[in-house]
Amino acid sequence: MQVKVLVPGVLRADSDGAGELAVQLPDGAVMSDLLGQIGAGWPRLARRIADERGQIRRYVNVYVDGEDCRGLSGVDTPLRDGAQVQVIPSVAGG
Amino acid sequence: MTAVIAIGTNKGLFLARSEDDRQTWQTSGPHMDMSEIYGVAFDTRSSPPRLHVSSTMSHFGPTVMVSDDLGDTWLERDHAPVAFPESAEAALARVWQIQPGSDRAPDVVWAGTEPSALFKSTDGGLSYELVESLWNHPHRPEWGAGFGGQAIHTVLPHPQDADRVLVAMSTGGVYRTSDGGRSWAPSNTGIKAYFLPDPWPEFGQCVHKVARDADNPDVYYAQNHHGVYRSDDAGATWQSIADGLPSDFGFAMVSHPRKPGVIFNFPLHADSKRHPVDFKCRVFRSADAGMTWEPLSDGLPEAPYYPVVLRDAMCTDNADTAGVYFGTKSGDVFASRDEGDSWTQVTAHLPTVLSVRAAVFD
Repeated sequence: MQVKVLVPGVLRADSDGAGELAVQLPDGAVMSDLLGQIGAGWPRLARRIADERGQIRRYVNVYVDGEDCRGLSGVDTPLRDGAQVQVIPSVAGG
Repeated sequence: MTAVIAIGTNKGLFLARSEDDRQTWQTSGPHMDMSEIYGVAFDTRSSPPRLHVSSTMSHFGPTVMVSDDLGDTWLERDHAPVAFPESAEAALARVWQIQPGSDRAPDVVWAGTEPSALFKSTDGGLSYELVESLWNHPHRPEWGAGFGGQAIHTVLPHPQDADRVLVAMSTGGVYRTSDGGRSWAPSNTGIKAYFLPDPWPEFGQCVHKVARDADNPDVYYAQNHHGVYRSDDAGATWQSIADGLPSDFGFAMVSHPRKPGVIFNFPLHADSKRHPVDFKCRVFRSADAGMTWEPLSDGLPEAPYYPVVLRDAMCTDNADTAGVYFGTKSGDVFASRDEGDSWTQVTAHLPTVLSVRAAVFD
């Protein structure tokens, strides 16, 4: 299956300038599988989103079809073919 | 002669450059805007020196970068340059300290991190590996966190013996290895931990910074969380050298690059009152290994001056007549080109200064 990842402007230096990534995944894949695939193709982008333990960084929000994955099953959130995954920096900072 | 100051702030890196023997400075930045720059280092084993920077983005996490052209371009590995292995069950919060190794190990660079861990690079600082022996030390579960977090903030490789390294952490104190990192032992005898029920523990001290003497690598100077100390036996024991200072609290401790016994300190009033003593902006210098101290303020702001100098925000350079530099939490940066006798303001109104390092080269 394939999911579409929307990359915010601030991270596009780490996605070869792309605002959208089409990522191939096996059927039944979950968010951690997607992060792993992003890491295989765009390792800097992946480590901006999640730490070396695979945990999504505190001030990064990842939405699956418009739902914050933290409110779903976090990195175990199931993904569907054609899902849209949006990476958005949270409102934070001083 | 070119001189460069790397100024790490909580919102990016600034670089100040002088072409007139450190009389005037041109400041550029911010580089890595909005990143916390806890660690900066010049590796003067190459010319021009390699500039190392530890950057932590509030949203996107920590990384380290190097520049071989003094900040015009930066190199950052795609894969995390500093990361805990899966077996450590930990994630890097930030790199607090980057320390080039000795001349005898030209590609070795050390990194001290939060959580408290030591990493070693053997490729000039492009990638690092965890020093597992220290990470697995049986004391580690009892190491605590100070206000700024739990971190190894000081790494001092021995200049002649690659098997010997001293680290310091807050809290936890000083640890040493003399067998190339296979084993580590606490090294805090004489350093007081007034905030613990037993004020003289084997470990658990809140050592803020340690500096090595320019001439004798077995002599160290430490600024503690209250307490200023010297060790004459490679860190085995420590004696107070605070008597000549107006306070024994502070963060920074810096040694002269060549003159034995010459050290610099910026005392603060107390843990409970973190201002310059008497609100005076003064550097204190000792020329006799801490036996006596003299205040230095020629050219520094008049009282009252409120901002503090953090542990890595003071340094010396490698010039024949050493420069001394410090930055403050209010974003002021000052320089002395005569070893502290007189000072000029390099720049002002920067974000909070976290780290300052300087180098000169032809």
